[in-house]
Amino acid sequence: MKERIGVYICHCGGNISDYVDVEELSKMFYKEDNIVVSKNVMFVCADSSQKAMIADIQEYKLDAIVVCSCSPKLHLHTFRNVAACAGLNPFNYVQVNIREQCSWPHSDHPHEATVKAAGLIRAGINRVSHSESLENIEIEVKKSALIIGAGVAGMKAAIELARSGNEVFLVEKDYFVGGHIAQKGQLFMSDQEGKDVITSLYHEIKKYPNITLFTGSTIEKVSGSLGSFHIELKVKPRYINPRVDKQTVKSVMDECPIEIDDPFNLGLVKRKVIYKNYPEALPDLPVVDAEALKVFPDFVAKYKSVLNLTEEEQIISLMAGSVLVTTGYDDYLPKEGEFGYKTLENVITLPELNRLMELNPNKLVYGGKEIKSIAFIYCVGSRQSKGENRFCSRQCCTSAIYTSLQLKKKYKDIQAYHIYRDIRTYGKQEVLYEQSSKQGDLYFKYEEKEMPVIEREGKSLIVKIKDYLTARKQLEIETDMVVLVTGMMPRKDALQISELFKIPVGSDRFFNEIHPKLKPVETVIKGVYIAGACQGPKNITESVQSSLAATSKIIALLKKGSFSADPIIARIDMDACSWCDKCAEVCDYSALKMIEMNGKMVAGVNKAMCAGCGICAPVCPENAIEIAQYTDKEIEAMIDGFLAKLEINEKEGGSDSTPKESAIRMEEYPQVWKEILAVMKDGKYTIPQIAENSKLNSELVTYHLMTMNKYGIVVPDGMDDKEMYYYYKENEDSH
Amino acid sequence: MVFSTDKISDPGIDQAGLRKIHYSPSVYVISLPCSSGVKPKWIMHALENGFDGVFIAADGHECSFSSRCAEYTNKIVEVSQQLMKAKNINPKRIRMAALCSVCAEPFANHMENFGKILANLED
Ligand SMILES: Cc1cc2nc3c(=O)[nH]c(=O)nc-3n(C[C@H](O)[C@H](O)[C@H](O)COP(=O)(O)OP(=O)(O)OC[C@H]3O[C@@H](n4cnc5c(N)ncnc54)[C@H](O)[C@@H]3O)c2cc1C
Ligand code: SF4
Ligand code: SF4
Repeated sequence: MKERIGVYICHCGGNISDYVDVEELSKMFYKEDNIVVSKNVMFVCADSSQKAMIADIQEYKLDAIVVCSCSPKLHLHTFRNVAACAGLNPFNYVQVNIREQCSWPHSDHPHEATVKAAGLIRAGINRVSHSESLENIEIEVKKSALIIGAGVAGMKAAIELARSGNEVFLVEKDYFVGGHIAQKGQLFMSDQEGKDVITSLYHEIKKYPNITLFTGSTIEKVSGSLGSFHIELKVKPRYINPRVDKQTVKSVMDECPIEIDDPFNLGLVKRKVIYKNYPEALPDLPVVDAEALKVFPDFVAKYKSVLNLTEEEQIISLMAGSVLVTTGYDDYLPKEGEFGYKTLENVITLPELNRLMELNPNKLVYGGKEIKSIAFIYCVGSRQSKGENRFCSRQCCTSAIYTSLQLKKKYKDIQAYHIYRDIRTYGKQEVLYEQSSKQGDLYFKYEEKEMPVIEREGKSLIVKIKDYLTARKQLEIETDMVVLVTGMMPRKDALQISELFKIPVGSDRFFNEIHPKLKPVETVIKGVYIAGACQGPKNITESVQSSLAATSKIIALLKKGSFSADPIIARIDMDACSWCDKCAEVCDYSALKMIEMNGKMVAGVNKAMCAGCGICAPVCPENAIEIAQYTDKEIEAMIDGFLAKLEINEKEGGSDSTPKESAIRMEEYPQVWKEILAVMKDGKYTIPQIAENSKLNSELVTYHLMTMNKYGIVVPDGMDDKEMYYYYKENEDSH
Repeated sequence: MVFSTDKISDPGIDQAGLRKIHYSPSVYVISLPCSSGVKPKWIMHALENGFDGVFIAADGHECSFSSRCAEYTNKIVEVSQQLMKAKNINPKRIRMAALCSVCAEPFANHMENFGKILANLED
């Protein structure tokens, strides 16, 4: 129990003291035995007040402080610092919110507001009496990062992390790097070849000896947490002797007797079972499908110096301080019969058309026939109001329109029809839509409730639509080919990564960041970040932006070499716990594990993993769990404090306690005033302008500006043109 | 007695104050990291010692700790209602609703409605 408590009650320049009788309250609490200092202060957050508080703590040997002012969201860290500067443990300080949750909402009942403030302060004093000194948990962070997925997002991140001197493990499931970009041909907005982008990133990666690239590799096991994740990796063999010269390898590939459907070219052509995805694919070493070749023992024997079918899988252990997940997306694959896919000839997907164009440099031929017209059907597998993909894939509109421009450039005489729901060529991509319209592409609009129907008539396909651009007229479009503009999907195997690292997935099944705007690359798992299209549909620019954002977070973390975690986490009463497992079941962070303690099995908390949510505490049948700062003693003492019957005399004529002296010295200004004055430096401004420039909430600016006006620190200076807002300027005389 | 959460519903309650939206001064708030961390024991403590009702301003789907937050908070309400029944406390004295970080009016409305319900209870 704390014996020497300091209580500081703030006027907030009238924002509190106009309604709450702060003078009476500070007098009242001063009478209590364990309260050594009880003051009412014009602005507790002012520099001068903070200094006075530090002096009090030292002079009166205070063992705890209670600050009664505004919401803890504003100044919790200010006063934790004050405590720390004075040599007091920052957790022996409690903030009581008597402004946002008392003087302002109860400004209509000043006496009741004062009674409530008394209860709130009483509760704060009770809470601080039970407060414990807590130390931040320091976690050592290894200077290494694991990146999962070598698409454009992962490759770019690897380079940046290595550039700042960190050890990087880049793990790619496929035998070749690049992800979807390598498959794309020319890319919209930059017109570069996708494979060229990947080649240049790969050569950049090779410049850094501190990047280790693992291809054909998957994560099998994960343990540990922020600072030291222990990773077990499975590396599949390539079954080829890397020391054999390229010419020999090439001739063995040419002679290889087996061909299968080529997955990289989406089954449009065949490939050998000794292969590279495409001739320039990197790393520049082919892969052997050992299973398939086993039926040709003579061939294998003939080239035994090149082929090494007995090579074994390797299990590799790694240690990483932080993890970045950049596992990308899957293309949506239409169901059989969806718009005639796989049931009607010449109905293919957009990624298939992109590969077809790569394979046909001069003439677009499919199924032995030259293609002269193409109808694109948009939003296939996206924006399904009833299906599982309710999201917009964002890239498909632009990609389809860009493909249509490429078609005209490459093959000249070809007609494109675009059958869309809405065109979303957002941002700079809008110019592509204009170009496509200018080159003679035709656009038709359908609605989800009246989907286009595709039928075959002789040699042609007929697309029947209700066109919303011509008053829902039933139209029939004859075309050689139908291309389904398919979108992006969460990867089918993403769940494995989600389970290994406990990364939550959203209702769209993509990985979830903590906050889409404020913490866009962080996950709830400390030290684990996400970037690129594994978070949701993104183009390359957006994928790289998020990847660089995550990279800078990781660099900062690794550079420091340690992580200071909040001590507000769970702890177990070992005597009470009987390891029933109930707490571990609800902990999303895997922070609770069975441990042995003096021969007894009990729950143990991993301090680096516990997020301090407290979800485990109510489920424990033995009440063995408490969260620091939210212990039963503290919470119940607060409740008792609210209920304490405190005698407060009602002031005659309300409690208007306008301060007597109107001069406030600069060092007494609260921090918000300084922020407001900083943006008012050189002229006159309205409240909305001040809010905009200072990034402060406009209501907060209003209150403070009114108070500053009251004390003559700012003065009104006419109205704006629309006669809506007053201008305010700094009062020269106040200096 | 209201249990709110540091990141989501407490900022919503602050907003009500900031905008001078009035609600009863007999409302007292304790903010926690997550609404699924309220112990039924605390709820009982409040009800047995003088509070007329307990309101949990839950995070619901916005919770950044767990996607199952709403389910867990619900469970806490259920367990508490069992305890309340055993002590002859009307189960209507506990209530829960999701509240977001800008839910100023909804909070004031909840307080008004809950206040009316509590005033009419005879237990
Ligand atoms: C039809 C279409 C056309 C597009 N055209 C363009 C364009 O022209 N311009 C543009 O800017 N954007 C375009 N995009 C978007 C672009 O494809 C993406 O922005 C980009 O591919 C995202 O990169 P990424 O690295 O996040 O993911 P990906 O490219 O999907 O790469 C992810 C990598 O992670 C690997 N991986 C996955 N899981 C694991 C695992 N468990 N372990 C190890 N490795 C794993 C994968 O094998 C892959 O190599 C297009 C998208 C579509 C759908
Ligand atoms: S729920 Fe309680 S008793 Fe059961 S394991 Fe967890 S701490 Fe121990
Ligand atoms: S407080 Fe939350 S994160 Fe920590 S152990 Fe309990 S449930 Fe897990």
